[in-house]
Amino acid sequence: MTRISDTFKKLKAKGEKALIAYITAGDPDMQTTEDFLHCLAAQGADIIELGVPFSDPMADGITIQHAFERALKHPFSMEHIISLVRKVRKRIDTPIILFGYYNPFYQYGLKKLCTDAQEAGVDGLLVVDLPPEEAQSLKQEASACGLDLIFLLAPTSTEDRIKRVAQMASGFIYYVSVTGVTGARDSLADMIDKNVSAIKSHTDLPIGVGFGISRPEHIRAMLPFVDAVIVGSAIIKIVEEHAGKPDLLESVGGFVKSLKEATITK
Amino acid sequence: MLNPDRMGHFGEYGGRYVSETLMPALIELEKAYEKYRCDAGFLNELNLYLKEYVGRESPLYYAKRFSEKAGKVKVYLKREDLNHTGAHKINNTVGQILLARRMGKTRIIAETGAGQHGVATATVAAHFGMECEIYMGAEDVKRQSVNVFKMKLLGAQVNSVVSGTNTLKDAMNEAMRDWITNVRNTFYIIGSVAGPHPYPMMVRDFQKIIGEEARQQILEKEGRLPDLLVACVGGGSNAIGLFYPFINDASVKIVGVEAAGIGLNAGPHSASLVAGRPGILHGTKSYLLQDNHGQIAPAHSIAPGLDYPGVGPEHSYLKETGRATYVAVTDQEALDAFRELTLSEGIIPALESAHAVAYVMKTAPAMKEGSIIIINVSGRGDKDIQIVAERMGIKL
Repeated sequence: MTRISDTFKKLKAKGEKALIAYITAGDPDMQTTEDFLHCLAAQGADIIELGVPFSDPMADGITIQHAFERALKHPFSMEHIISLVRKVRKRIDTPIILFGYYNPFYQYGLKKLCTDAQEAGVDGLLVVDLPPEEAQSLKQEASACGLDLIFLLAPTSTEDRIKRVAQMASGFIYYVSVTGVTGARDSLADMIDKNVSAIKSHTDLPIGVGFGISRPEHIRAMLPFVDAVIVGSAIIKIVEEHAGKPDLLESVGGFVKSLKEATITK
Repeated sequence: MLNPDRMGHFGEYGGRYVSETLMPALIELEKAYEKYRCDAGFLNELNLYLKEYVGRESPLYYAKRFSEKAGKVKVYLKREDLNHTGAHKINNTVGQILLARRMGKTRIIAETGAGQHGVATATVAAHFGMECEIYMGAEDVKRQSVNVFKMKLLGAQVNSVVSGTNTLKDAMNEAMRDWITNVRNTFYIIGSVAGPHPYPMMVRDFQKIIGEEARQQILEKEGRLPDLLVACVGGGSNAIGLFYPFINDASVKIVGVEAAGIGLNAGPHSASLVAGRPGILHGTKSYLLQDNHGQIAPAHSIAPGLDYPGVGPEHSYLKETGRATYVAVTDQEALDAFRELTLSEGIIPALESAHAVAYVMKTAPAMKEGSIIIINVSGRGDKDIQIVAERMGIKL
């Protein structure tokens, strides 16, 4: 059993839903990212998505775009990101997923990536622009290393596509709740419950819902029908606002704590 | 016919690397295109528009004075610059908008670099009375202000994109984001043979009329096939349009000309095939300009339409199989060719097309006497007058 499925199992036993928190590697710098990883784990994030910056993030809204731009002001390398995971893995047990676009993964070499990532303590990979149709090579390498490969489904996904993704995915399935790019929104999209239950009729994998989730009340509204909630841009906005200030970690930590509390059904 | 496999792969290139939200839309587009590409009603309407609206066929003109200066060769110019809106781009926008209408889409979006594709898209959208938004890098908005104004006159909304390098690749990112958000009612008219399947195949099919006409015209004029085809390559749509109908003619040498900018080793350029390596950008696997870690490198060319760090996947395939050869010429060489063609023939080419002219000026002296060359003059140079004047130190 992978660390990801183990996490879902333990939470289920406790009657909790998973909080998946996103942070961009290198935003504003790698040392701060290291501090964030400890902070997210300590404040209750059940799984951490570590964003791998890319120069052309075409599925991301302005918040993540800016985070990538800030991160790419420093020299980027996949080695640094993997080393960072290796370093924090000594102290935290929280599953970590590398989340990014295909080209930096591809250029590193898929086999080397999976081997190095797994050895460093990475638990899964999520590649935004890699649909199942193009994912055979990465799937093969990831499986060989025991890494989960997480796929997206969207409101536009047909039943055919749900089946295809369900066949190839492991760890959990990421349901993109809005027809749009990443970014915090004021209200939740429609039909999330109906679409999640359509996915659940084809898979036993946990379903995480992300895109547009920015507040504890969004999380509470979804608890009855999801297994995990994913928060990214709302956290990054705090990073953006507090970068360089002494209350940066505290602000991010406090927000994550409030999100985690919302995942616990009373 | 050479077609990609079912998933849109030309050899190992091409395919569909997009987020899940777009996959159903690409499958819908692929099915619609498969249905209409052989549909008599669709093709009749397309051909009517190409004839009556675009002004096809375009002449294949024997450039006698230019030929004599270039060497002992006969250079023919395929005059795509004479099309309505001044470039080859409209061949494709007419085709895609007819498809969009049949698919029931009500809103059109497009990216543009030089503004030629944006103008060609805004033009057909105006013709059909459809809502139209164009994404253009802020840098290009500045460089090509006349085209920006044209698009606005044609009723399109022009969105200036401030992100990354503020050029074509960033405009394409932003158009993709719009499409991801409005995919249900919106048709994305991609202007090059780039992007996810079925775009590279579909855009090629809409552009291959260039080569089909040229092939017939040269046979009529010379009674034989040409020895050499030359076209500029940014994303590569005008080039594949000329090349494709000659792919099986082994005697015809095919050369694509990329932009070397200020020089391949001197600074930024746009020569993805000559100096890049395979990777994934904008939904397709192809040659790319990138750093060692897979971050996309900024491109540069004096010709805004070539200023793109990627290239259509079919060109990567033609390079790999050796069927086509790719070379690069510098900004300065293109400018010299721009002036040469202008003075010797009274034809002001687009700076993009001037790259193809420049290569012919370099290679023709070494060619056998009587060799026949076809250059695709993909667009006219009116849009570039400002850039050329600035380079000459003249203030307009």
